[in-house]
Amino acid sequence: MYEELADEGLVIISVALDQSGEDIRPFIEEAKPAHPSLIDTEHVLADLYGMVNIPTAVWIDEDGNIVRPNEPVFGSDMFKDFHGMDTDIHKNELRAWVREGKLPFSPEEIRARQMLPTRDEQLARTEFTLAWHLHGAGHADAAERHFVRAGELSPNDFMVRRGSMPIRGLDPMGEPFFELYEEWQARGRPYYQARDRKEALGE
Amino acid sequence: MLDEASRRELPVTVSDTHLLIAPETLSEILGWELKPQGLCRDSACFPVADSDGVVIDGAIDLEGFARTVGRPLALDREHRVAALGTAAATRADAMESLVAPDFRLPDLDGRMHTLSEHLGKKVFLVAHASW
Repeated sequence: MYEELADEGLVIISVALDQSGEDIRPFIEEAKPAHPSLIDTEHVLADLYGMVNIPTAVWIDEDGNIVRPNEPVFGSDMFKDFHGMDTDIHKNELRAWVREGKLPFSPEEIRARQMLPTRDEQLARTEFTLAWHLHGAGHADAAERHFVRAGELSPNDFMVRRGSMPIRGLDPMGEPFFELYEEWQARGRPYYQARDRKEALGE
Repeated sequence: MLDEASRRELPVTVSDTHLLIAPETLSEILGWELKPQGLCRDSACFPVADSDGVVIDGAIDLEGFARTVGRPLALDREHRVAALGTAAATRADAMESLVAPDFRLPDLDGRMHTLSEHLGKKVFLVAHASW
C-alpha cells in the first residue's frame, strides 16, 4: 500500500531504532522496500519526535511541518510486521492526504494531540544515551544500571524499556516483555496521553 | 561528555560533592557563557544566584549548570562519562512549533539521509524496530 502511494509522490522514510543494522536487515531484505531504510542506533528520533514506542508514524508536509503527530499505533505488539502497523482508518486517511491533500487534523488539533515530554522523560532518554555509550565501551554492568534508571524515570516509555532489552541481553519477545506489558496494563494502559506544556513542565 | 551529536573530552575537577569545570571549558566545549546575566547561549540567559551553588570560586558546577539551564544530565562517576540531553522545555517549544525536526541518519549501506532533502514533498516517517 505504501509503495503505491510512493508512486503518487509520497516519500516514505522508515527508520529502525535498533542497536545494529544487522538486527533489522533480514526484515528489510525480505520486505524489499523501494524506499531507504535508515538505522537510528542512538534513538535520535525518539528524542526529536517524542516517540515512546514503535511502530510510530509522523506525517510531514511539503513545507516541513508536522501535519499528523507522532501517534503510536499500538496494534498487535506481539507480532509486529514492517507493513502491518496500520489500522484501516489510518491507511484511508493517508491515501486521502496523498491524493487529495486532505488532513485529518487542524494545527490546533495536532497540538492538542501531542505528548510533550516531562523532565523525567527527557532524563530517561539521556540515561539511555549514557547507557548505550557505556555498553559500547564494554561496561555492561554500568550500562545496565543506567538502562534500569532510565526505565524507572519513564516507566511508560517502551522505546526505553523494551528497546533496551536486546542490548541488555533480555528477550524483547519473551518473559521480560510480558512482565513489562502486564505491569503497564495494571497501570491502566497509560500508553499515549496527549499532554500540554502545563502538564509536562508545570508552566 | 555526550552532548547532542558530539562526544567531547571535558576537563573536570572531581570531588565527592562537585564536578567543576572552568569557564573556558563551559564556553569552548559546551557552548555556554557565564555572564553577569547568568548562564547564556545565543540569546537565552538563565539567571544564577550566588546561593544556587552553581559558581564555586570561579568554576562552574556541572550539575548546577545543567539544573539551571533545565537540561537533563546523566552521570557515571565510575567511568567518568556524562550525557547532556535536551531540555523538556526546548522539546516543548520545538513540538509546539509543529516544525518537523531535521535529522541525518545512515541507511544499511552507510549512506547518510536527511529529512530536509525531501522538502517540497509529503513525507511519511515511520519508526520501527526488530524488537
